[in-house]
Amino acid sequence: MPEAPAAPRARKFRGQVFIDWDRCKGCGFCSEFCPPKALAFSGEFNTHGYHPPYLADEEACTGCDLCGLYCPDFAIYGVRVPKN
Amino acid sequence: MTLTTATPKSVLTGAHFLDGDQAACEGALAAGANFAAGYPITPSTEIVERFAWRVPTVGGIFLQMEDELASSIAIVGAAWGGAKVFTVTSGPGFSLMMEHLGYAAMTETPMVLVDVQRGGPSTGLPTLPGQADMMQARWGSHGDYEIIALCPNSPQECFNLTIDAFNLAEEYRTPVLVMMDECVGHMTEKVVIPPAEEIKLYPRRYTSLPPSEYLPFRPGPDGIPEMVKAGAGYRIHVTGLTHDEHGYPAMDWQAQKKLVSRLVKKIRDNAERIARWEEHQVEDAEVVVVAYGITSRVAQRAMQMARAEGLRVGLLRPVVAWPFPEKRLRELAARVHSFVVVEMNYGQMVYEVERCADGRTRTELLGHGGGTVHEPEEILEALREAA
Amino acid sequence: MSTLPQVNPVEPFLRSDRMPHIWCPGCGIGTTVNCFARALVESKLPLDKVAVVSGIGCTGRVAGYVHLDSFHTTHGRAIPFATGLKLANPDLHVVVYSGDGDLIAIGGNHFIHAARRNVDITVICVNNFIYGMTGGQVAPTTPVGATATTSPYGCFERPFNLPFLAESSGAVYVARWTAFHVRHIAHSMVEAFQKKGFSFIEILSPCPTLYQRRNKMGDGLDTMRFYKQHSVIKNGANTREVDINLQGEIIVGKFVDIERPTLQQTMDQQLRQTLRDRYAGWGGA
Repeated sequence: MPEAPAAPRARKFRGQVFIDWDRCKGCGFCSEFCPPKALAFSGEFNTHGYHPPYLADEEACTGCDLCGLYCPDFAIYGVRVPKN
Repeated sequence: MTLTTATPKSVLTGAHFLDGDQAACEGALAAGANFAAGYPITPSTEIVERFAWRVPTVGGIFLQMEDELASSIAIVGAAWGGAKVFTVTSGPGFSLMMEHLGYAAMTETPMVLVDVQRGGPSTGLPTLPGQADMMQARWGSHGDYEIIALCPNSPQECFNLTIDAFNLAEEYRTPVLVMMDECVGHMTEKVVIPPAEEIKLYPRRYTSLPPSEYLPFRPGPDGIPEMVKAGAGYRIHVTGLTHDEHGYPAMDWQAQKKLVSRLVKKIRDNAERIARWEEHQVEDAEVVVVAYGITSRVAQRAMQMARAEGLRVGLLRPVVAWPFPEKRLRELAARVHSFVVVEMNYGQMVYEVERCADGRTRTELLGHGGGTVHEPEEILEALREAA
Repeated sequence: MSTLPQVNPVEPFLRSDRMPHIWCPGCGIGTTVNCFARALVESKLPLDKVAVVSGIGCTGRVAGYVHLDSFHTTHGRAIPFATGLKLANPDLHVVVYSGDGDLIAIGGNHFIHAARRNVDITVICVNNFIYGMTGGQVAPTTPVGATATTSPYGCFERPFNLPFLAESSGAVYVARWTAFHVRHIAHSMVEAFQKKGFSFIEILSPCPTLYQRRNKMGDGLDTMRFYKQHSVIKNGANTREVDINLQGEIIVGKFVDIERPTLQQTMDQQLRQTLRDRYAGWGGA
């Protein structure tokens, strides 16, 4: 008898990112290395002509702050928000 | 500024028979030097050899570094860690240290650099005297900066002037040079070292402002900023780039003007205070011999011989070579018949004398390539011709 | 609703009044600074006692951007400056943060001697295989065949293997990561801060404007993907065998973690042994 698929692990946190729009230089590290692929380049430009990221999939963000750890311009960081 | 006194433990009080190198080391110790980094180079090595021997029992560190580049910057690092620092070298090493001399001038780091001059250029005559680094002392590093340089002419002065060098370094927050020569460095004479309480020291100009109010390179009323050391909570930034009062790089001509003009003025505006010289029988002199370091002693003998012949000769000995005693030279230029500059080089300080003479009097050079000191007779001959 | 931090966790470690920095889009130096900030938090070092010393170059600019006692010194001479600073104030945690050209070319002599002496400093070497600040000249780490402005027909010199150089000179902690390995970098930095002695961390980083562009390696992100794809973690690998082969694997990991008395310790020990109670030690600055 095939096993029932495991229930998705209940996440205790969801996440939120804060983006310093004008610091971003559009390098793409954050969206590339975001584990749940929650970030994407936005279609808008900042004052320097770069496309900063935005949280395309808000539900997916866990607030792990890997984006913040990667960002060479100190333009983004993520925080965990306890789910309630 | 309230002067402090030397700590008894560092002062070898008494009458001693020391050579100039050893006396310079004792001067550094008496001044409270507690960190030296150096690299062996004749004829300066004995200074740090003695320091390496003495300082572990006095309190302090000597580290022989891998080269003069490391030595000259290690002491800057130690100064920012709070130490009182110096290094020693001779010609080839002096050339290597030039970049960091400029770095110390730019970052306003108090330090002392002793150059025991030898025959040059290049490897030259390691064990024989010269005085051919004098212009390099003033202009050796790139860019605009002023320097203070002292010239001892005896082991006793090697002791005294080294202490003065440290005091000037602290007062003006600048690197200071002690320009010895191999002869003075290796001659042994009586050196009297006073009790510690008679040795006055200029303390480091640490700020009493809290971090929120302090700016590392904001000058005080005398044009000199107060200092801090790393680890004291000030979170300073120090750079060799042209910088603003925060110490942050400021890459424009306005910042350059503001900073570099202040660095230059802080010495230039005080040149008359810092300048020091000695005069012998200059009041009625027609010919004034200008000589420094060991050469001044031979010149003094020649002056006596000339006087015995009825020639009206005087001697002016710069003790502080940079800033040059310009004012006094200009005064004398107005009335003396000629200057005879005697130095162990093919013409260095003579240009300063000539500049001060400003065409009003003759300036003659009696120079040679070093390797030996002048003979009194050859100076006397030059004096006869000049008279 | 809980109040969320409105400040980037790296912000307290930066001189915010100096932002934005001068590094190019896709440059990995800023990434390493995040790791540095995180490592400072995790290691709980008293920040007033942390001093950063750097040389000249793009990575050398790190000193100017961190909100710590920081010293931007002369080209190649960060390590001897740091040696003097540390000896004068042993309470300081001194971190040298500089680039491959600065630390290994002009600074090479000082590097090997400080490792030999086991000066208690942490040396973070951001290796972008090029001299970035001055426009992309060849470096002692540039791979054979790579183009640089001063080797326009391809580099013809064998590059240094930095972990091997560090280990053979005497470093007690040697690790290499790429800018992709952010968590590993932070962890290595924590270990290096806590380690007594000469700790060396090499971090491969993209220079998109010069090295990557001239060598047709794409931009910063392409390079980070390249690092991710080509690097293999081999902790404890023999440093003789970790030459970087950009066609093959890039071996990363912690290679050396040994104990050896520091310069301060060997100096104190030797002098105390010889002088006994005449040894005055370091009176303090």
